[in-house]
Amino acid sequence: MASAILRVRGLVMDFGGVRAVDNCSLNVDEGSITGLIGPNGAGKTTLFNLIAGFHKPTAGRVTFRGERIDGLPTYLVFRKGIVRTFQIPRELRRMSVLENLMLVPSDQAGESMWRAVAARWLVKRQERAIEAQAREVLEFTGLSEVADIPAEGLSGGQKKLLELARTLMARPRMVLLDEPGAGVNPTLLRRLVGGIRRAREELGITFLIIEHDMGLVMRLCDHVIVMSEGAVLTQGTPAAVQQDERVVRAYLGA
Amino acid sequence: MLEFLTAFAILIGIYSVFTLGLNVHWGYTGLFNIGVAGFFALGAYAASLLTIRPPSSDQVDDYLYAGDLANRLEGLPVIGALDVWFVAALMAASLVTAAVALVVGTITIRLRGDYLAIATLGIAESVRLVFLNERWLGNGSKGLYTIPRVFDGIVPAQDYDRVYLVVVLVVFAALFLGIRALVHSPWGRVLRAIREDEVTAEASGKHVFRFKLQAFVLGAVIMGIGGALYAFNLRAISPSAFTPLLGTFIIWAMLVVGGSGRLYAPIVGAFIVWGIWSGSQFLPDPLSSPNVRYFSVGVLVVLVLVYAPDGVTPLLSRVRERWTARRRLRRAVAEE
Repeated sequence: MASAILRVRGLVMDFGGVRAVDNCSLNVDEGSITGLIGPNGAGKTTLFNLIAGFHKPTAGRVTFRGERIDGLPTYLVFRKGIVRTFQIPRELRRMSVLENLMLVPSDQAGESMWRAVAARWLVKRQERAIEAQAREVLEFTGLSEVADIPAEGLSGGQKKLLELARTLMARPRMVLLDEPGAGVNPTLLRRLVGGIRRAREELGITFLIIEHDMGLVMRLCDHVIVMSEGAVLTQGTPAAVQQDERVVRAYLGA
Repeated sequence: MLEFLTAFAILIGIYSVFTLGLNVHWGYTGLFNIGVAGFFALGAYAASLLTIRPPSSDQVDDYLYAGDLANRLEGLPVIGALDVWFVAALMAASLVTAAVALVVGTITIRLRGDYLAIATLGIAESVRLVFLNERWLGNGSKGLYTIPRVFDGIVPAQDYDRVYLVVVLVVFAALFLGIRALVHSPWGRVLRAIREDEVTAEASGKHVFRFKLQAFVLGAVIMGIGGALYAFNLRAISPSAFTPLLGTFIIWAMLVVGGSGRLYAPIVGAFIVWGIWSGSQFLPDPLSSPNVRYFSVGVLVVLVLVYAPDGVTPLLSRVRERWTARRRLRRAVAEE
């Protein structure tokens, strides 16, 4: 049994009077591709926002590799190795696909105003290395041909791939994908699934994936967690979860 | 005529500096600052207060404070002969605007879009009202009027404007080259990412607040330097120069007309808008009234937003591209 890379314990999130996440506890095993499913409004995206530092939880804790990360701002969670994508892709529209990726690496010398002007040789050398890495990631995700066009020119499916590429660019330990398959045509979907699998095999990245497409969940995930009304309803292998009557009832609202 | 053109060019240079600062705020980072006049005023007053001569005896109660830096430095060897005080005044303007921008930015930068606009507008008006009402500091509505000349006594009086034009151009060129290096660096890339989508920048591991604050302070400092250049050009400043209309609106018009987020927008925008603003004073009576002039700048902004939303600068580069293409074609034909 692999050890848990991420532990969520008793997590609560209130928005005014609405409790979006209600005493939620779960583990994600290191190196797994874990699916997170549940009816609309179950609190899946809110859980992502809590893990990634977009919201501060009302109560409860999140530990990543033994360290508490709840309440940390997003950029610090990012530095711990967790990167998330968005349900609706949020590409930097008027920047090229390549620039979208070159933005990502942390601690670039040229991000300091002083060194950007005074140590241009150092910045230039780093830029070459970052560009090489970005081109590699583009190759990996099959976006090489569109590297130089503004990101707003991509198709919906390509934007999803760009979201995945952005996470890979960060050399993360864990990636949170919010509905990577929604609105993606079958050809690109195959490429996306291949990319996620290879990232797990070759780079050892752990994935937690929100997805409504059960076919995709079946194909991709080795473990599935079902959320309903802000808490974990049940979990297990994809096949076991699909048979579970409580899951069907939660989806049908009975 | 030459004098008019020189004075005209000086003001275009100074307004290019303001617009350069606003381009850092809005063009590259998306910070909606409609309080340009506040930093403009701070820079102008800081530089002036450090260097003004004490008023003559019959106006002695006009203002209490006079830095009189030029005379204080006069006794020193070498330094006294050079106009070091001018550099010191520009630095004072930078430091004061940087300090104020740091405090204001720390409080207001977290606000989004229109709220930042309201906050900056309010702060700019507060700055103006402080200088208007604290008579001991800024001499109220009469303003400061004993601001010394750069290179006074070194350069003959009739050449003064031409020399000052060179000073303005040197300062602008230095700022412009610095900004050009910055916007093409990874630092500039982070700013553009913030402008495009702050949430994505955050999810890409960037400490968005820190970058926005840096950009806010940098843009404000450039506006402050512009204010200092403005003060030494007119050598008299009063709060009426820093109203939202004269201190903010016209600079926004320059940025929009030039093309927000374009490197050359400040020069192009300042040239066109100041050309219209300044040229229209020679038109026959009803056309040269201030209200008509403001109106014409407003119409220009609307026309640009409708027909060339990216500003005039991209149009110019397209024209240039077409020219070079045509020339290349002609050369190819000639070679055959």
